[in-house]
Amino acid sequence: MSSLPSSSRGRGRRIKVLVAKMGLDGHDRGAKVVARALRDAGFEVIYTGLRQTPEQVAYAAVQEDVDVVGVSLLSGAHFPLMRRLIAKLKELGAEDIPVVLGGTIPVIDVEPLKKMGVREVFLPGTSLKEIIETIRRLAEERRARGETLAVSASRERGQGD
Amino acid sequence: MANLFDEKALKEIAEKYTEWEEKIVPEWLSRLPERQKEFTTLSGIRVKRLYTPLDLKDFDYLSKLGFPGDYPFTRGIHATMYRARLWTMRMFSGYGGPEETNKRLKFLIEHGETGLSLAFDYPTLVGVDPDDPMAEGEVGVVGVSVPTLLDMEIIFDGIDMGSVTTNMTINPPAPVLLSFYVAAAEKQGVPYHKIGGTTQNDPLKEFIAQKSYVFPPEPAVKVAMDLIEWSVKHLPKWNPISISGYHIREAGATAVQELAFTLADGIEYVRQLIARGLDVDEFAPRLSFFFAAHINFFEEIAKFRAARRMWARIMKDWFGAKKKRSMWMRFHVQTSGVSLVAQEPWNNIVRTAIEALAAVLGGAQSLHTNSFDEPFRVPSEFAAKIALRTQQIIAYETGVADVVDPLGGSYYVEWLTDEIEEQAWKYIDRIERMGGMLEAVKNGYPQREVMDAAYRFQKEVEEGKRLIVGVNIFRSEDIEEIRKVPLLEFDQREIEERQKKRVKMVREMRNKQKWERALNELRRAAERGENIMPYVLNAVKAYATLGEIMGTLKEVYGVYVEPPEF
Amino acid sequence: MQLAINRVMGVLSPSVATLIEEARRGSIRAIGRILTLLEEPDQTSLSILQHIYRYSRGAQVIGVTGIPGAGKSTLVGKIIGEFRRRGYRVAVVAIDPSSPLTRGSLMGDRLRMQEHATDPGVFIRSLPTRGLKGGLSVAALAAIEAFDAFGYDKIIVETVGVGQSEVDVMHAAHTIVVVTMPGAGDDIQALKAGVMEIGDIYVVNKSDKPEARQTYEYLSFALEKEEVGREAPGWTPRLLKTSAVMGQGIKELVDTIEEHHRFIHKTGLAAKKVVERRALLAKLIVESIIARYVDEAFGGLVERIVKAIEGNEPLPNIVMEALREAAKRLYEDVRSGTDGGSKANIPGCS
Repeated sequence: MSSLPSSSRGRGRRIKVLVAKMGLDGHDRGAKVVARALRDAGFEVIYTGLRQTPEQVAYAAVQEDVDVVGVSLLSGAHFPLMRRLIAKLKELGAEDIPVVLGGTIPVIDVEPLKKMGVREVFLPGTSLKEIIETIRRLAEERRARGETLAVSASRERGQGD
Repeated sequence: MANLFDEKALKEIAEKYTEWEEKIVPEWLSRLPERQKEFTTLSGIRVKRLYTPLDLKDFDYLSKLGFPGDYPFTRGIHATMYRARLWTMRMFSGYGGPEETNKRLKFLIEHGETGLSLAFDYPTLVGVDPDDPMAEGEVGVVGVSVPTLLDMEIIFDGIDMGSVTTNMTINPPAPVLLSFYVAAAEKQGVPYHKIGGTTQNDPLKEFIAQKSYVFPPEPAVKVAMDLIEWSVKHLPKWNPISISGYHIREAGATAVQELAFTLADGIEYVRQLIARGLDVDEFAPRLSFFFAAHINFFEEIAKFRAARRMWARIMKDWFGAKKKRSMWMRFHVQTSGVSLVAQEPWNNIVRTAIEALAAVLGGAQSLHTNSFDEPFRVPSEFAAKIALRTQQIIAYETGVADVVDPLGGSYYVEWLTDEIEEQAWKYIDRIERMGGMLEAVKNGYPQREVMDAAYRFQKEVEEGKRLIVGVNIFRSEDIEEIRKVPLLEFDQREIEERQKKRVKMVREMRNKQKWERALNELRRAAERGENIMPYVLNAVKAYATLGEIMGTLKEVYGVYVEPPEF
Repeated sequence: MQLAINRVMGVLSPSVATLIEEARRGSIRAIGRILTLLEEPDQTSLSILQHIYRYSRGAQVIGVTGIPGAGKSTLVGKIIGEFRRRGYRVAVVAIDPSSPLTRGSLMGDRLRMQEHATDPGVFIRSLPTRGLKGGLSVAALAAIEAFDAFGYDKIIVETVGVGQSEVDVMHAAHTIVVVTMPGAGDDIQALKAGVMEIGDIYVVNKSDKPEARQTYEYLSFALEKEEVGREAPGWTPRLLKTSAVMGQGIKELVDTIEEHHRFIHKTGLAAKKVVERRALLAKLIVESIIARYVDEAFGGLVERIVKAIEGNEPLPNIVMEALREAAKRLYEDVRSGTDGGSKANIPGCS
């Protein structure tokens, strides 16, 4: 019976996630495995490809209006890159989009990263299940807050020609 | 024919085997069931409970194994292997600027090292200068930053480049880095015939796995072949390419895929070089390989043995090589980085030791052992020392190096070697039908295969079908323990600023006319399809920077953007 | 202003009105949010559309379609660059084919256009072929309206061009560019199907390949014989060569796209297309809403229908019963919606 179509009313929009690689490192195994796992969990996933600047990632997140940005970094450059990403999201009036990070991140860096505004850091060995559940929770929390529809124009600079 | 077992013996063994299977085994199983229904290697090869001569029924000793130092080299490329000379313990490392590296190299030389190995930072690996906006935060992190000839001169300041050999893990910008090296050696007065070392220079695996690509596949291969051709003619002691399965494996491939794709890459390069009019026996002895040693012990050993046999066949039967050296598969091994985990990181020392042992039992020519802290950062000296000591313990204490190919003749290892070989040939056949590896890479075939395998593996870990101690069995939640790992500390920003300043200084101080002319000539040579090596060397000598040379070539060849394959 | 909006619309909530104002001032954040709101037909999306129609500046909608692997995304990336050099603001609706039948979607089309991501004059939005509640075509056509209203001069819609939704979307384009590449004749045969046979401009991409010439000649012949190509009085379909990777032929392609733009303006086709496009969107919205009722009715009836079929009941009876059920629900909602007074509550869009 379940194979026949049933009403889709009442079901929410799919959770939309941007999976991004920033900087020059080409290790995309983790990013792609996570992207696939998110897709299989029913998410709408957008992958930016390699060698992105934090600014490119921020613009993509805002243009696509994603619920969560997931970054994978194995280059050791997580501090400068995440700082730029979070600053750019803020500048674009999108600081409500939670940012999560995975890769080769030393434990001692987790707290400073969180202070900087990274919502969650996934250490090597984190299970896909845990990543999926965390992203789902962050997305739902954000939606529950009413998806802050209005954006303060004063926060935005340099938009449009 | 030199079958290992005669008909009569096999018949007797078969009878006994049936008896064992039907009477003894069920009795044991009823009392003590096996841990799993099915046991498989990491490549998914199902392994049986027991291997016997019956699994090697038609095993022809001479055609399958032969003797070490002789065709098909299954047991080793040298007759005496480690009894004469141990493998080279080649520890690849590096961070910071040229000054730090110079100091480190001098330290190593003082302690008897002559085989140096340079790791480069990401900006260097993808051919951009330290002041490129993309380089922020990455200068000097995972290796040394070398954007100009001056940097190379500083690295080798006070080191006689004629008496050391240097391995350079560099790919798309390999012609530039080799030119830095050659120009620096020339300035020291070292003649070409004394310049020795290796450039990784393996473009195809960049598209499949490592993803430090710059140019699209065709020009990328062309540039790599330019380097090989030039070095065969001018640098008799240089190994121009290290055909690498390591990165393919690390990106998620199985052992079988690693083997098959690496050989298929090698086949593509050999064809390209022959098409340039080179004689196979002229360049083949210079080809070297690079594999991973993962944690599934016997599968890795079998893979190395199969690799040697397959390459010897390919060179002899497909390409008509005459010299033995042309049929040798010489290879470097690195233990698996992805097998290391953050949980209870000290355990990584044990993993690395087991993997290193597999490399030695597989007959590697050189070996790099990873440090236990690598899930977090480039290794600290403390961790790197343990990694080196691991190799020394295997070499000097265990006795495994005292007999050539000690596992040869094991029913299981020989069966597994055959099995891996057979499966790898199937992949190679498929790639051949696609028109070779360059074509296969262009249509994304190996990329998809590797991604699928990576995802499959991760799912198996999630489902508990693959167990990792501390991760999904005997799970450790002890963050404090991880905190105790002493990590390498260095002032990255200072290095980045220093490197930015130096590259600016070089740009200001060089002879503008000479520099401009050299880059223009390089562009025209690339447009005409000539071998670019002499022009790159010329540009390097005019102090053109890495970013400028690569930028000029990008204008001609284009820039690769990966298709969205998942 | 806010009051004025409310008087006209009756239903535009203050926060949405603010969002529209910010979008009109060029906030990409606001545009991004609005596109999400427009993905599914409901009270909010209809009021937004109703409101923004007036801001249309007659942007040229360019459909880029063609066989997979022809290099569409890379080509679109280059077209964006050329349009930007000419001073246009460019929006892209990237319809990503990489969505499997089940589960979610995984999209990577914008990967080839990411070099333009930080350009404030460029906006790229991805849409999956499956999984959107109101259907792909509704989301895509509504996005076109939004981009038109928010000051983008060129709106590029990139799609593989298979499936009814994608064909619908292409019919909304002023200018259709069909991209092909050198190679097997099968690919050319594929051009004689659906939307690909009604191109205004045909492009042989990857023209640096040796087989390009043959493909070009074949296509040129097909166009001459009018086997493919959308004929309009005054416009003969064009055939061009490009190499997107090497950046060759892009200028000529963009010249031709602009030439077509001038042509449709001169002939009045441009304005006609906007009306057609909006009519199509209205029709698709109605269809999408009705479909929800059918879905719902069917959902409630599933067991009965299965039983009826097992019991060999006549098919017309089964169909009539399902229709009655759907119509009943729809009628009830429509009545309660209109009974509410001046507010036009759209059924199924609560």
